[in-house]
Amino acid sequence: MEFVAQHPILVVSVVKIVVLLILTLTALAYLTWFERKVVAHIQSRWGPYFVGPHGLLQPLADGLKFLFKEDVLPPAADKFIYLLAPFLAFSLALTTLALIPIGPATVHILGQPTRLVIANVDAGLLFLFAITSIGVYGVALAGWSSNSKYSLLGGLRSSAQMISYEVGLTLSVVGVLLLSGTFNLSELVEGQQGRWLHFIPRWHVFPQIVGFFCYFTAAIAETNRVPFDLPEAETELVAGFHTEYSSFKFAMFFMAEYANMITVSCLATILFFGGWLSPLPATWTWTHSIPAATFLLCGVLLLQDAVRRHRGLRQIALCVLSAVLFAVAYACSHPGLIPIIEGPFWFLAKVLFLLFFYVWTRGTLPRLRYDQLMNFGWKVLLPVALANLVVTRYIVLVLNR
Amino acid sequence: MVPISYYLVLSAILFGLGVVAFIFKRNIITIFMAIELMLNAVNLAFVAFSRMLGQLDGQVFVLFVIVVAAAEAAVGLAIVIQIARNQRTLNVERVDTLKF
Amino acid sequence: MSVELIVFFAFAAIAVAGALALILLREPIHSALALVLVMMSIAVLYLLLGAEFIAAIQIIVYAGAIMVLFVFVIMLLNAGEEERTNLSRLAHYAGIPLGIFLTGELAWFIHGVAGKLLSAHAGAVSTRELSTLLFRSYVFPFEATSILILIAILGAIVLAKKEF
Repeated sequence: MEFVAQHPILVVSVVKIVVLLILTLTALAYLTWFERKVVAHIQSRWGPYFVGPHGLLQPLADGLKFLFKEDVLPPAADKFIYLLAPFLAFSLALTTLALIPIGPATVHILGQPTRLVIANVDAGLLFLFAITSIGVYGVALAGWSSNSKYSLLGGLRSSAQMISYEVGLTLSVVGVLLLSGTFNLSELVEGQQGRWLHFIPRWHVFPQIVGFFCYFTAAIAETNRVPFDLPEAETELVAGFHTEYSSFKFAMFFMAEYANMITVSCLATILFFGGWLSPLPATWTWTHSIPAATFLLCGVLLLQDAVRRHRGLRQIALCVLSAVLFAVAYACSHPGLIPIIEGPFWFLAKVLFLLFFYVWTRGTLPRLRYDQLMNFGWKVLLPVALANLVVTRYIVLVLNR
Repeated sequence: MVPISYYLVLSAILFGLGVVAFIFKRNIITIFMAIELMLNAVNLAFVAFSRMLGQLDGQVFVLFVIVVAAAEAAVGLAIVIQIARNQRTLNVERVDTLKF
Repeated sequence: MSVELIVFFAFAAIAVAGALALILLREPIHSALALVLVMMSIAVLYLLLGAEFIAAIQIIVYAGAIMVLFVFVIMLLNAGEEERTNLSRLAHYAGIPLGIFLTGELAWFIHGVAGKLLSAHAGAVSTRELSTLLFRSYVFPFEATSILILIAILGAIVLAKKEF
């Protein structure tokens, strides 16, 4: 225990990193399940249903499949870079999550008070963009090292798309920076407290609605998702830069893409949607029981679904799951835990909404052709983001007079 | 507290290695990269001095050096692409005539 | 041995190793990756010196854009292994000792005046101060560099075109 007392920051950081890793990897796996379910329901079918109740064990089955596939190494590939690229993509995608603050509260881990963030850096936003811009290397090197025409073309196109939309991404955020005046992510959220007219929360999405749409469009392009996923779509360039990758290395690219989605959604909630702040006024004290009520409702829905439609092992599994949700709901209603739970609950709810928006876009919109994509990025998105910046600056100047 | 002279010695070592790479390498792109290494070493010296004197002019100058390096890399690599297309080689010792 | 000193020596060693790899590796793409490693470790050294904004700009612009440009050009031109020629035997034997001599002399000179250098000021620099200085005292060079970038963009597009 004296080790903890002598090196408090180190031990607490390691505990937070382990917890975050476990949560993130589970969230990644179940994000794939979520996407397949939502896209399936958009297309009037059910999606994964048979592997475990409601397909909940599908990510586990996918993971095992990836582990047991044959590991291919193309004969003339540059071995070091071929092995480096997926590792780089995945580790950078996970590193950005260290900067994101989840809640305002100060929790006590092993007796040390600490905030709900791993690294509270003063220039947090800048470092997030820095890590995102290094992520281009994962894609470009994967395309080059596979020694295949499809991979090279896909890698070049994909990385050119990523660096083009990065400019639009960073410019669309500058409006928010003008309104808040700091790069620190926790302070960005705290600057969005308060309400207009006692009801509308003072989130940055309302004055910066143009900025939000520019940011989200650039983010979808940056993470190579539909409608901007021509470089890696299966009907186009075979599979783009990850054509020659199989088994676990492909799984790392796959997970890196979803981790990037999660990071970009977390950043959008912090910048535009008020992070961990509740959308309802705090004076309405019944809002403190919303987390508990949500888990209770989910538990009840699962229980009635288990009783009515499943038999045998699935029924037991679903009952156990709903019992777990009831236990969580009971824990959330405990008054000592409410300040700690409420912040992360709203944060995760908003991130989930944005991820649903991502998946909804995937199921609905067609793909853009590559030259249409690049035209859009440079000739439409960049001027709109610049115009947003100029107008915001002018209005801030006039209002501060 | 790390003494500033350590940063300056590191900057000198990196600059020296950049000069060696510039002289010895034959691929024109690698020579360009040696130039970027030298610029980075100089930037490190700028920031170290800015920290020592407590003024921020050094860091502003680092911004300008980065910008100028970007412009130079862009134009230089465009020239390299044209040379590679015309002469079909990237070896500086082969490109030794004034007329193609 | 404070933590700062350990971090400094670790990343200084990585930077020097990267620079040596730039010289010694044969494929240009490996040299490019070695240079990216050097730039990232220099960014960490900037953080040690308290320059947060410059460290982030180094990673975003230098390692994340300029080096990506280098990597693209290497990929597009399919730059292969370095050839070995016999033309530079004199440089080969006299060059490395002279390079070491140049570096050693610089290092020796710096250590000689090390006592006269002031110690570092503490604390990180805020971006606000840096931007105030940039946009008040240095606004003319700032605008000049923006025109410089415009000229560079135009020049790169014209120079790299296939047909006129």
